[in-house]
Amino acid sequence: MLTKRIIACLDVDGGRVVKGVQFENLRDAGDPAELAKVHSESGADEIVLLDISAAHERRATLLETVRRAARQLFIPFTVGGGIRTLEDAAAVFLAGADKISINSAALADPTVITRVAERFGSQAVVVAIDAKRAEGALHWEAFTHGGRTSAGRDAIAWAREAESRGAGEILLTSMDRDGTGAGFDCELTRCVADAVRIPVIASGGAGGAQHFVEVFIEGHADAALAASIFHYGFSRIADLKQQLGAQGIPVRWPC
Amino acid sequence: MIAIVDYGAGNLVSVKKALDWLGQECAITSSPGEVAKAVKIVLPGVGHFASTAALAQSGLQDAIADAIGRGIPFLGICVGMQWMFERSQESPKTCGLGVLSGECERFPGSVKSPHVGWNQLEVDPSSRLLRGVPSSSFVYFTHSFRVPLIETTVACCEYGGRFSAAVERDHLFGVQFHPEKSGTIGLKMLGKFCAL
Repeated sequence: MLTKRIIACLDVDGGRVVKGVQFENLRDAGDPAELAKVHSESGADEIVLLDISAAHERRATLLETVRRAARQLFIPFTVGGGIRTLEDAAAVFLAGADKISINSAALADPTVITRVAERFGSQAVVVAIDAKRAEGALHWEAFTHGGRTSAGRDAIAWAREAESRGAGEILLTSMDRDGTGAGFDCELTRCVADAVRIPVIASGGAGGAQHFVEVFIEGHADAALAASIFHYGFSRIADLKQQLGAQGIPVRWPC
Repeated sequence: MIAIVDYGAGNLVSVKKALDWLGQECAITSSPGEVAKAVKIVLPGVGHFASTAALAQSGLQDAIADAIGRGIPFLGICVGMQWMFERSQESPKTCGLGVLSGECERFPGSVKSPHVGWNQLEVDPSSRLLRGVPSSSFVYFTHSFRVPLIETTVACCEYGGRFSAAVERDHLFGVQFHPEKSGTIGLKMLGKFCAL
């Protein structure tokens, strides 16, 4: 049976994982390459590395980080942050990424989705949508630039457009829930997952195993992503997967 | 040297990385001459079946067919496996290599397509490539078209009905999933291919 994916996200700034990490037995807890390997060995189904600095002068650092992480990673590896052009994407793929994640650049010029998909295949193109609930309605707006700027687009309509332009997956982050640990926004996730035929990765708000159960069952998510709880809450993703399996969610475990 | 065939479609770095990890001498190449000298050939593939038309145009298809005729082990991955067949509903005008008979078909409308993620194998124990791989092992798939169950199927997978996850005949091997992205078990399969 096709399993629900658990994705570990590393937020990287200047070549170091930020948001803090508390793994034991790590020589260097802030090293993205080492953390990616630890997550992979503890049962992560994929690794997403997001460069949150994305400042132009740091691109070379990012590519070196991607190269080092990819060398010992044999599960799908997605890289995002500051990818604007086909050339940016090509450099990240050459460094060892399997998929790229694009957000602001895709909203600014949606044809970039098609250009990357035509060259590298739709399976390599993840469109990230940062969605914020509009007051009092079943409606979410897409935001760009790390959630600072409204794109003036309905998140569900944008997800549909991204699919039609060649996106292979949607990485959907609830800005209302991100960092709260209060659970994924299942309503948002379900609305988007039911509107497209490509997989939807839910993100933002994971605080415990029950939140994953909810987003898979009520939110119709195909995958769920988290960062900080894998650093603080669960010492091993394996523990989370065991709990999900016990509640009837199909997961890759043991792997 | 193991040739990883580059026909301009998609990203071959992950296959190269996996073979490097296994300590294999390998190179990404788009040269028919290099393919002709290879001791083994891997044809990765991502994206659209139509992109395989470049193989015929560049002379790579002839080099591969000739090598297969000389008994050189060949592994097709994803669209690379689909290309081993005669055709695909994805691009009816594009001819595959046709060393295996059959046609790649769509998933039924009852399931989301593409099929993306980790799914389980049901393994035929007689497979040489999958020897030692237990049934129910998880591997990573990402594809919109599939090969139905046929005589040469050595592993199947269930998603909107069962389909061929791996095919094998003599020194020809095809896998619909990505062994280079399937963790330890995938590396083990690639290791088996390299050791043939």
